[in-house]
Amino acid sequence: MLKISSVEKSYAHEDGRIPVLQGVSLALEQGQTLALTGESGSGKSTLLHIAAGLESPDAGSVHVLEQDVTAMDDSARANLRRRDIALVFQQFNLIPSLTVGTNISFQAALSGTADSAYEATLADALGLSDQLSKYPEALSGGQQQRVAIARALAARPNLLLADEPTGNLDEHTGAAVLEQMLDLVRKSGAALMVVTHSPKVAARMDRTLELSGGKVV
Amino acid sequence: MIRSCLIALLSHWRRNPVQLFAYLAGLAIATALWSGVQAINSEARSSYDAAAATLGEGQYDRLIPKQGSVIAQDTYVALRLAGWLVSPVLDTQLGETRVIGVEPVTSPTGFAGLTLTDGALTPGDPDRLFANADTAKALGDRARVTVNENVAPGVAIGDIGTVQRLSGRDDLSSLVVLPEQPIGRSNLETIAPDLRLQPSQQVADVAQLTDSFHLNLTAFGLLSFAVGLFIVHATIGLAFEQRRGMIRTIRALGVPLRTLVTLIVVEMMALAAIGAAIGIVLGYVIAALLLPDVAATLRGLYGAEVSGTLGFRAEWWLSGFLLALLGTAVALAGRIWQIAAMPLLASARPRAWVMSGAARLGAQSVAALALLSAAAVLVIFADGLILVFALLGCLLIGGALALPVLTSYTLSFFEQRATRPLWQWFWADTRQQLPGLSLALMALLLAVSANVGVSTMVSSFRLTFVGFLDQRLAPELFAQVESAEQSAKLEAYLTAQGIEILPLRSAPAQIEGRPAQVFGVRVGPTYRDNWAFLDADALAWDRVAQGEAIIANEQLARRANLWVGDSVQISPDLRLPIVAVVGDYGNPQGQVVVSKDVFANLYPDSFAGQFGIRTNDAPALRAQIAEHVGLTENAMINQGAIKAMSLEVFERTFTVTAALNVLTLGVAAFAILMSLLTLADLRVPQLAPVWAIGVTRATLGRLELFRAVGLGRLVFICAIPLGLALAWILLALVNVEAFGWQLPMFLFPLDYLQLGAYALVAVALAAAWPAWRLVRTPPAALLKVFAHER
Repeated sequence: MLKISSVEKSYAHEDGRIPVLQGVSLALEQGQTLALTGESGSGKSTLLHIAAGLESPDAGSVHVLEQDVTAMDDSARANLRRRDIALVFQQFNLIPSLTVGTNISFQAALSGTADSAYEATLADALGLSDQLSKYPEALSGGQQQRVAIARALAARPNLLLADEPTGNLDEHTGAAVLEQMLDLVRKSGAALMVVTHSPKVAARMDRTLELSGGKVV
Repeated sequence: MIRSCLIALLSHWRRNPVQLFAYLAGLAIATALWSGVQAINSEARSSYDAAAATLGEGQYDRLIPKQGSVIAQDTYVALRLAGWLVSPVLDTQLGETRVIGVEPVTSPTGFAGLTLTDGALTPGDPDRLFANADTAKALGDRARVTVNENVAPGVAIGDIGTVQRLSGRDDLSSLVVLPEQPIGRSNLETIAPDLRLQPSQQVADVAQLTDSFHLNLTAFGLLSFAVGLFIVHATIGLAFEQRRGMIRTIRALGVPLRTLVTLIVVEMMALAAIGAAIGIVLGYVIAALLLPDVAATLRGLYGAEVSGTLGFRAEWWLSGFLLALLGTAVALAGRIWQIAAMPLLASARPRAWVMSGAARLGAQSVAALALLSAAAVLVIFADGLILVFALLGCLLIGGALALPVLTSYTLSFFEQRATRPLWQWFWADTRQQLPGLSLALMALLLAVSANVGVSTMVSSFRLTFVGFLDQRLAPELFAQVESAEQSAKLEAYLTAQGIEILPLRSAPAQIEGRPAQVFGVRVGPTYRDNWAFLDADALAWDRVAQGEAIIANEQLARRANLWVGDSVQISPDLRLPIVAVVGDYGNPQGQVVVSKDVFANLYPDSFAGQFGIRTNDAPALRAQIAEHVGLTENAMINQGAIKAMSLEVFERTFTVTAALNVLTLGVAAFAILMSLLTLADLRVPQLAPVWAIGVTRATLGRLELFRAVGLGRLVFICAIPLGLALAWILLALVNVEAFGWQLPMFLFPLDYLQLGAYALVAVALAAAWPAWRLVRTPPAALLKVFAHER
């Protein structure tokens, strides 16, 4: 499903280039869940962005569904994301001018796979059925994160990438949202990679990979 | 994908209707004023073309009477028999309508816009005339009229026999000389000594004469268009800032950059097309409202007839439409480039505009300096109307770009001197808002400067014009005669009564290669006491009276660059020096004044067609003249009436300018309203902390209002010097290029203060709604800032 090999990434800085990832490799099979942990600045989010084709590595390769993402142009990477990858961001990144219902179906509609019955099931499972006609600004943080998860799952992705999906939520809400997400991921058969600081979240995944100073430890 | 993406993009406007309104309204206003002005110009030009085609003016040489306005039918017959290929024309009136009779068989092909080939004119067709719908309506049941929209406005065409019958005349007005003439035809002086040949070039081209008038209108249209585009530019900028997050999300969810950019361009251009279409409809309405005044102006100033009905011509609505799209595309290009260059994971937070403010202010300072320097160079070297308008553009845009820089320094000045914390925050916050408000403030500056400049120009012109009328219309009564006999009889009668008369002879001529008018005057105390020269020799009138010199009007002096001391070829064998140059604000043509004796030598068969008469009792004298000389009441006019008529023409000339002035100011106020409204939402995070530490919403609302009025006052202060510079350019440069005269500049401080009050009221009204909205902002909305849930 996802194969990252010897990826390196550095950013320009006034003091020179700062390495963020140094020869990181990992593999994730269909149906597997993986937690990426590590201190702030260890390169977790950068690795997730590279896996999603949002950023390009300086060296190494990324394969999703056996396609070399690093060799793709912007358009091909966008097509791959649209069809096979879904993202859940810490800041939710909902579209404020669309209703909750339209936000949920948005990525699926982009890829032409919208299924209103499935979206209704997801909304129901995430407790959003009575919020569909509202706009994101009227929802609490926990509700907005559920909408983001519903949007990601409604696209029926093969690979779900989540960056601190419960980082903005209180402990109780975060746990509930995580359980719902894992339950739905298992049912869909997608692979899940989660970036988290939380040991409790990491413990809920099949395995954990810790990054430190841009390397797997 | 495309549908979903478009729905997402368009949803922004549904959730931000004020912004959508600002975008559409900005485009609509820009397009409306531009296309309205172009509609007027297009209608006028179409009328000139129709007139040129209908009347054949400027196309063919003509034979016209040396005196009077009548040619006997026998003269025409004699010329034809002598081999002259001429065609008769009768130019007469039927009620209020000008009626032209032509002879279809002998007239040149295409003459009068109607030919035998299209079957429109049939010789001897009884009582049938051809005219456009308006003229046909005006003619009523005086004649059978076939509507033909090719005929010039205000004119009816018919077979000459028909027109003679309808008007009860049996003579002719002129003879059109066909381009091809047989060799060896008899000399004109031999066959028709009372006629003279008027070359086609000697007739002033109306389209050329009115070019400057239309260019002035176009300049105003362009100014309004620019002000409207400021709104569009500001709205596009804000919409893109607010949609940065959406754009990032859409790209992250799998929409390729190229697709997204294409869809954004399609979305913005489709909305622009809607705004432009609304603008074109509004432009049509504006043009229809202004056209009667413009038509009156053109008739009064240039004698040009313009149709009172506005046509929906592609040349103006299409140009307005395309210009609006082009303006939008230019405003859009920078933002699209930003999206294309923006990393996918760039911050989605709407950037406070102030972040890029410092760099922008630096660039604006450089651009302002460059443009103002270019304006300074153009003041010295600008030659020709286009370059003078380029000078105006450099001055106005340079001034506008300098405004935010000056404002920023002013705000820093106040900030450094503020001692109370609230005021320190207020000045700092105002400076932070400056980048977001600067486009609207620039629009206000342009509008107020244009008002100061144009009103100074018009008022200076009015003062000068009134003075000019007092000089030129010193006689208390004016009379016009039809024939040499009537002229002699009137002169003899008044001389016998011991009344001072000023007989005026005139004839068209070609001087220094340009159409001009030669006037023959009897030099006397009235001229000596009243005429004020721009430049003159000490004994100017004496030398003119002795037939040694001439007086030239300013138009001729400037166009031919001939001044006091230079000599002018009056006729092939007469060259006389200029002893004085006189200001002349009544017509755009060159004029030369000579003594009556010189004139009589030049035009021996001429007679005085007009008389100025000095009297203390004009009504009584009118009655006496009517009784003893036989002049009709219509042939005489009092000084007061002619002055009133002239001033009315003057006032109507500037009605359109005044209307455009008010509209431009309205657009600027609208720009401020839209900027404040659209900024209001972005300002909540800046205001919430101040509110949280104890400043009430009511106080914040009052401060918002104070800020707007304060900035308006600063703009007004900057607009005064800019407007006066504009006035000087209009008076000293544009007028010279457009009309051939330079006007003295007067200042009108009270008018400026009044304008300042209007501008501040407009700004206060524009700021009132956003301030009221701030006062009504629910605490929950302010608290969200601290919950990081915005």
